[in-house]
Amino acid sequence: MSIARRIFGLTAAVGLLSQLWACSPIEPWVKPYERERLADPIMAFDRNPVSSAYMDHVIEVRSASRGGSGAAGGGCGCN
Amino acid sequence: MLTRWTRLGLMALTTVILATANAAGDPPAPGFSLPARGGSTIDLSQYKGQVVMINFWASWCVPCRQEMPLLDSIYKKYKPLGFTLLSVNVEPDQKDAESFLKQTPVTFPVVFDAKSKVSGLYNVQGMPTTVFVDRKGNVRLMHVSYKPGDENLYMDQIRTLLRE
Amino acid sequence: MPRSWRGGRWLVAVAAGALCILYGAPSRTDVLPEDRADVLGTYYSGGGQDITGMSVLVRKKVGDHVSLSYNHLEDIVSGASIDVRTSGASPYREKRTQDGLNGEFLYGKTTYTLGVTHSYEPDYRSNTASFGISQSMFGDLTTVSMTYHRTWNDVFKMVCLVEDPALDYHCVEKVHDPSAFNGKPEADMDERSYGVGLTQILTRNSIISANFEVITDQGWLSNPYREIVYASPSNSSGFALAPEVDPSTRTSNALGLDYKYFLPWHAALDLQYRYFEDTWHIRAQTAQIGYTQPWHNFTFDGDFRFYTQTHADFYSDLFSAADAQNFESRNRELSSFNSFTVGTGVSYEFHIPHATFLSRSTANFRIDHFLFDYKDFRDLELVDPSKGIVVGSEPLYTVQLNVMQLFFSVWY
Repeated sequence: MSIARRIFGLTAAVGLLSQLWACSPIEPWVKPYERERLADPIMAFDRNPVSSAYMDHVIEVRSASRGGSGAAGGGCGCN
Repeated sequence: MLTRWTRLGLMALTTVILATANAAGDPPAPGFSLPARGGSTIDLSQYKGQVVMINFWASWCVPCRQEMPLLDSIYKKYKPLGFTLLSVNVEPDQKDAESFLKQTPVTFPVVFDAKSKVSGLYNVQGMPTTVFVDRKGNVRLMHVSYKPGDENLYMDQIRTLLRE
Repeated sequence: MPRSWRGGRWLVAVAAGALCILYGAPSRTDVLPEDRADVLGTYYSGGGQDITGMSVLVRKKVGDHVSLSYNHLEDIVSGASIDVRTSGASPYREKRTQDGLNGEFLYGKTTYTLGVTHSYEPDYRSNTASFGISQSMFGDLTTVSMTYHRTWNDVFKMVCLVEDPALDYHCVEKVHDPSAFNGKPEADMDERSYGVGLTQILTRNSIISANFEVITDQGWLSNPYREIVYASPSNSSGFALAPEVDPSTRTSNALGLDYKYFLPWHAALDLQYRYFEDTWHIRAQTAQIGYTQPWHNFTFDGDFRFYTQTHADFYSDLFSAADAQNFESRNRELSSFNSFTVGTGVSYEFHIPHATFLSRSTANFRIDHFLFDYKDFRDLELVDPSKGIVVGSEPLYTVQLNVMQLFFSVWY
């Protein structure tokens, strides 16, 4: 499957899901005033972006895999 | 103590009432009684006859923290004219609210809704939520979230209600 | 297919997806990232290489709807990894610089992100442009995002013009090899990345994030410094070297999951899994578990990561001849290996006296220890026919690395 078709399929699925949620009778099950634990800094996915960007770079330079974490490019810095 | 079913029933009733607010006129603000900062208890009914601004907040909510000093100046400005601001903290543990208030002191009353009973009663949809209650005890406006500039909206609403 | 048409189809896919998302569910106002500044110093050591680095990031809101950030980083690589040593090249010292500018624009329901990054080192120039769109919906329980990155790379090869063996870093003067890339001094490599992400609050205590990214490369993908080893009985060592040849296209898919759980005694558990595969037939999996424990003004982190990868289909540690295949590589980054990482960090929050414009500041230290255990990459330096260790029978290569980070963060 071509990349464009794959991505279109995914975003269309996401878009459809969001439409379904818009019309669904299901109420958000975690109320805004129940979010104190989720708002705690230790629950953040990326508490220290500069540090995690550096580690992502070290890992990416030493292996074949890339992507899937939300991080972006950069040079080589290696040999 | 209200049983769970009574509370759910009240919540459903309030939701229906608030949802049909436009058709049926302004709904009455659900009554409540909560422990206040300093040890006493505050009941909403003790403010009947005044314009009341109920602000639901939490110390972990960034826009809530941002608007606190502005709410304090609004309170100081309009209190002599028959206005009160009732701050409802929604956190299960008062510790974080207390340490925030030590750093950012306020002069308006703060109550603690540790079990989220009142947040549920008012069907709070986002943080912060600000509810304007008129002198007759009816809900006139519910404003969700805070953006810089919203304090002007608050003051307009307060002035309108004070003129009644 | 013409390149322009491929881009057009992607634009249609993005536009359709964006319309689906934007026209969709009712949503809440999102919040821009906090204003902060970070200064990071890093030290990487292992395998014959030392890399010292620094990185500075400054982020500030401009008005109510915009958050801008600027990042500058530098790495100084010294020494010689096993790849440099076995190719006969000398130890070197080299500096890489990277600058990035990023803007986030919040308009009611949606956050748009734009970014540019420029990375420079003597033999590699990289420019990246990024675009992202993210929408929070369904009472803020769900966030959906899409990202696009486009990178233009210029690759060069440095060769030593003047050498002085008396010095630690023998090479006194380096120049670009004028014919390293089929008779030319430079080659291009383009990369396009398409990502979709979903973040979902599950319960009061848990949240999960899924990220799917397709990356496609084309151009000169071989590493100009990496060589293959082929059997050569006429040499006393039994082998000879030749430059590697990688295919000129590569497409990869990666799916990552990240689950965070709030533990009742006020700590956090983090579980991550990622699956990777590409058109070079590399398959890789990552599993990571992390634990975060705050205690008074301190926050402690511990992480364990396991990574496993299978080799590219044109990879081999030893080829039978110089031209045994159309594509040949002995690049250990494309080999089969397992990697284990143990890491720990400590963060201390403090108040800087008289600095009332700062709402928060932290001092942080982190150390990670890596072990790489190669399954089909051998330690060529241990080949010694006189001792009976012929090429192809030398021990498999393993290497351990230490990565240390010291950084300070302030919020204002």
